[in-house]
Amino acid sequence: MEQEYFHSVTLNTAKCKGCTNCIKHCPTEAIRVRSGKAVIIKERCIDCGVCIRVCPYHAKKAVTDSLDTIKNYSYKIALPAPSLYGQFGPNYSRERIVLALKQFGFDYVFEVARAAEIVTNASENYMKSKNIKKPVISSACPAVVRFIQIRFPNLIDNLLKIESPMEVAAALSKQEVHEKFGIPIEKMGVFFISPCAAKVTSIKAPYENIKSNVDVVLSIKDIYLPLLDIMKKQGEITKEPFSLSSAIGVAWASSGGESGAIKEGRRIAVHGIHNVNDILEQVVQRGLDNIDFIEALACPEGCLGGPLTVENPFIAKENLKTEIEKIRKDQAHKVPRTENVDEFVWKSKVEYRPIMKLDDDMMKALEKMQMIDEITEGLYDLDCGACGAPSCRALAEDIVRGIAKETDCIFKLREKVNIIANQLHQIDRS
Amino acid sequence: MSTIVRDYSIPANDFTIAGEASSSVRKLLSQLGVSPDVVKRTSIAMYEAEINAVIHGNGGKAHVEIDESKIYICISDEGPGIADLDLAMQEGYSTAPDSIREMGFGAGMGLSNIKKNSDILYIETEINKGTKVNITVFFSK
Repeated sequence: MEQEYFHSVTLNTAKCKGCTNCIKHCPTEAIRVRSGKAVIIKERCIDCGVCIRVCPYHAKKAVTDSLDTIKNYSYKIALPAPSLYGQFGPNYSRERIVLALKQFGFDYVFEVARAAEIVTNASENYMKSKNIKKPVISSACPAVVRFIQIRFPNLIDNLLKIESPMEVAAALSKQEVHEKFGIPIEKMGVFFISPCAAKVTSIKAPYENIKSNVDVVLSIKDIYLPLLDIMKKQGEITKEPFSLSSAIGVAWASSGGESGAIKEGRRIAVHGIHNVNDILEQVVQRGLDNIDFIEALACPEGCLGGPLTVENPFIAKENLKTEIEKIRKDQAHKVPRTENVDEFVWKSKVEYRPIMKLDDDMMKALEKMQMIDEITEGLYDLDCGACGAPSCRALAEDIVRGIAKETDCIFKLREKVNIIANQLHQIDRS
Repeated sequence: MSTIVRDYSIPANDFTIAGEASSSVRKLLSQLGVSPDVVKRTSIAMYEAEINAVIHGNGGKAHVEIDESKIYICISDEGPGIADLDLAMQEGYSTAPDSIREMGFGAGMGLSNIKKNSDILYIETEINKGTKVNITVFFSK
């Protein structure tokens, strides 16, 4: 079971105090506190990063590759996520950042924003095709795709069946470098510069079960200071040293970017995993077929709010806005529309993962649910989390699943202690 | 035989709470391992009936029984009742006021949608007494 679920989000046991912050916020109830430390239930975790954000002791972290990994490849391609451009403020333009990546040691830079534009083209075509289920739900956020796999199996068909900008960028960059410089693909290392923990997981353990074209994931956090140091020493730079994307692709970093880029239909942009949950719930119940496209991103303000970013997402949004306005004024950045987009349609299926199921046998599942009902009845409805489960009902479920006991509830424990104390008192008097 | 029973109250004129009962039933069915398709049909039928109770019935109650072969849902209200049930079953027929329609509800698809998504639908209604919508969905056919 262990190897089946690789996760980027992990726990630093030394820092964990065993408090209730993460268990209460996890959207899939994937965390328990056992013996004073948080434990992540691997099959439930969707790598959304909420726990990283809410932990006051910084005990949750996302595992990425170290900057030294760059030494392992002879030809290094950087794929900066557009959210990287929002991190540095008005003095550091996209041109500077891209140049800094080259100065850092990359041989080639392929902006994920460029691929995002291609995905936009592909999405527009997809939206026009027949036999698609509306509303179409964006699949760019891997945490949302995993959330749907676990919680909303009926909405799997609504997912936009187009590769993510990161994957498109990885594939195209290899192709481009090979064509331009004749470098063999096996000599290349593709490095995604990531704001996102879930992307790390989707590279190391893709849900489509097709090997990712990305070889290494570096976090924005780790590369931030080295890039800043390089940029401080840059001086005047010549304009446009690389093929840069237009405003459409750069805007993808922020909430509303992906949905805003598609030109037609009624589109909404939802961000924050709990808001995503609410809207998906509405799609299941009400259908919402008067909406054509739902951009759903797990992090607040979209990828700019990713757990591996540095800058506050609202400031980053303003930084990005300045950059976008600059690009829009500059005609030089007009990128021709990519017409051949069929190759980016998903080649495999994303499947339902019924991990909330109590038992494979329906009769047994019913019995278990009845036991859960009875145990919950005897608990105190406080949802205090002191037992290590996020709610009284979750504790009852854990008891029935055999991974907790009733006296994990401190109020139940007190009840039992009172009974024993009374019994001792009786013995004493007899 | 194990039967899971749930009772929910449906508040009048509160659309934000209206979906909660059907949402919680959806979670129960997923935990029981009921197939996604059946969960979906149940969910839609129950939600529509809940919304009807909110819009027309001044709120009401939802009673749910689940056993190994089916789910039975009874949504009851003490509202004005349905004057012409055959007419009400027709797609597009609605007595919802404009204020409700402006919120995106009241398109007259409710009852027909319930019928489409349930295996047995039995409606009891009496003018000025109320309405009971009885829905059964089987887990396998």
